[in-house]
Amino acid sequence: MVTTSIKWLRRNLFSNWWNTGLTVLVLYVLWSAVPPFIDWAFVSAVWHGEGRAACLGPGKGACWPFVYANLDQFIYGRYPAELRWRVNVAFLLGLAGLVPMLIPRVPAKFWNLGYLVIAWPMIAIVLISGDRPGLIGVDTDLWGGLLVTLIVAITGIVASFPLGVLLALGRRSEMPVIRSLSTIFIEFWRGVPLITVLFMASVMLPLFLPREIHLDNLLRCLVGVALFSSAYMAEVVRGGLQAVPRGQIEAARALGLSYWQTMGLVVLPQALRHVIPGIVNTFIGLFKDTTLVLIVGLFDFLGQVRVQLSDMHWSTPQGAATGYVFAAFVYWVFCFGMSRYSAFMERRLNKGMVR
Amino acid sequence: MTKSPIIEIAHVDKWYGDFHALKDVSLSVAEGERIVIAGPSGSGKSTLIRCINRLEAHDKGRIAVDGIELTEDLKRIDEVRREVGMVFQQFNLFPHMTVLENCTLAPIWVRKQPQEEAEATAMRFLERVRIPEQALKYPGQLSGGQQQRVAIARALCMNPKIMLFDEPTSALDPEMIKEVLDVMVGLANDGMTMICVTHEMGFAREVADRVVFMDQGEIVEEAPPAEFFTSPKSERTKAFLAQILRG
Ligand SMILES: Nc1ncnc2c1ncn2[C@@H]1O[C@H](COP(=O)(O)OP(=O)(O)O)[C@@H](O)[C@H]1O
Ligand SMILES: [Mg+2]
Repeated sequence: MVTTSIKWLRRNLFSNWWNTGLTVLVLYVLWSAVPPFIDWAFVSAVWHGEGRAACLGPGKGACWPFVYANLDQFIYGRYPAELRWRVNVAFLLGLAGLVPMLIPRVPAKFWNLGYLVIAWPMIAIVLISGDRPGLIGVDTDLWGGLLVTLIVAITGIVASFPLGVLLALGRRSEMPVIRSLSTIFIEFWRGVPLITVLFMASVMLPLFLPREIHLDNLLRCLVGVALFSSAYMAEVVRGGLQAVPRGQIEAARALGLSYWQTMGLVVLPQALRHVIPGIVNTFIGLFKDTTLVLIVGLFDFLGQVRVQLSDMHWSTPQGAATGYVFAAFVYWVFCFGMSRYSAFMERRLNKGMVR
Repeated sequence: MTKSPIIEIAHVDKWYGDFHALKDVSLSVAEGERIVIAGPSGSGKSTLIRCINRLEAHDKGRIAVDGIELTEDLKRIDEVRREVGMVFQQFNLFPHMTVLENCTLAPIWVRKQPQEEAEATAMRFLERVRIPEQALKYPGQLSGGQQQRVAIARALCMNPKIMLFDEPTSALDPEMIKEVLDVMVGLANDGMTMICVTHEMGFAREVADRVVFMDQGEIVEEAPPAEFFTSPKSERTKAFLAQILRG
């Protein structure tokens, strides 16, 4: 046992002078960065207490009480505390749709998907906005934190996937008008930075629209993010479409399948499998890009962390670092989750289909 | 033996850009007739049979299948495709579906058959091509000969009146060619109308009613196999036969 691991080390880390040098350098960097971080985040960290006084003092690490004391703001922003249960119900209803969707063994995927992308969003919007007689309305200005991050990310993901697939098909269509329109649309949105899109959505759009039409700032950003990410999604899907041999389309058409049947039953199932990593990569990028809504005055999760940092009651030298480490950790959990799930799906789908 | 023509191709021309791929091609096929199309590579054999189910659109002339003339009209194209099965050189099975799913896809979605009925039919045709035991495997797990037999079964499940074969054995290892040809001979003996592009001259001799020889986008000669092989008329046919029978 010991000898085999020594052999493994020899072979992989110390096989020649160059590798040995690299190994030593990496070990040195790890040694100088990891223990101090662990010390700061766990050993010398403050775990209990109230207010800045608890965290002040020489040699103290991360100020975790700041995180728990502000957790509600991080999650809900300024959403009224007595109505937060509505957000929780919406979240749980979403989870109730998402979990069975992600487990391949659970049947009725079609209805499940319908619930998840049509029924649930409508229920969730009503619950969260309270925009129905009998419910207390909550203006979107009050929404914040993880709530806004998830709303932007989920809207982007749910809207960009079907839009992206349609655009990718459009760009490969045999009809010149559809092909050019799709290409122009994709290239326009890919050529503009998301920040610009958000600025235009929030600052310029109202200038062009008639005064009577009032579009909510959050809604405008959602539309911007959805269109922007659908252009990226379209290019990823197009890559997958190109990997499907022409003969597949010909065989399907020769059997009498219509264009949409050919695409939906034969081409897309193969194309999407090829690009699962690319699709998830786009979702992860989108999830992280949601932080940009900060610059048009929306307080997403990261924005809310920054707001709480400016609270005098918690102002400490290590406060900012604590807040950002926590924010980074939360983003990482979401993105890593998506990445693992995609790896799982890829393995599962590749098991049957041997080429 | 006078039967009504089930395929009528009259004075058809086809261009790929400037390239004249089919030149004034006329061919009429009676119900139950077996045609073998031969000719050098690039002579337009694939183009011609792909015009019959409109995988390619002809530019001039008239093509009618079972009385339905092929035009831009998508409904008619779909009608024709339901009557015409096609088998490709590269098999073109759907790799993400099992053999059985490959066979039931079109019957379920195009003919709107109930799943059980489609599966029963599929199993019957898989037995006929002698691979029922592979029904639940994926195409990638089968040999080339097996895949091509599945492709034939898949086309037969739509209950076509006509079968088109585009060099069905050209991508196969020699030892698998016979198993596919045997299935095709069986099909011919059952009276299926067939148009086969193939260089298997033994097959042509055995089953063809007529051999059609194409070169440079034209039909150069057509004759019953006995006549075609023993006394070809044109020089081009002679040259082609000399080459193919030697090789
Ligand atoms: N999609 C296409 N675009 C341009 N040229 C083509 C296309 N398909 C076939 N051709 C050309 O048309 C000619 C006939 O092709 P094909 O019918 O495939 O010949 P065969 O099947 O007899 O070998 C060839 O010269 C080929 O290069
Ligand atoms: Mg060919």
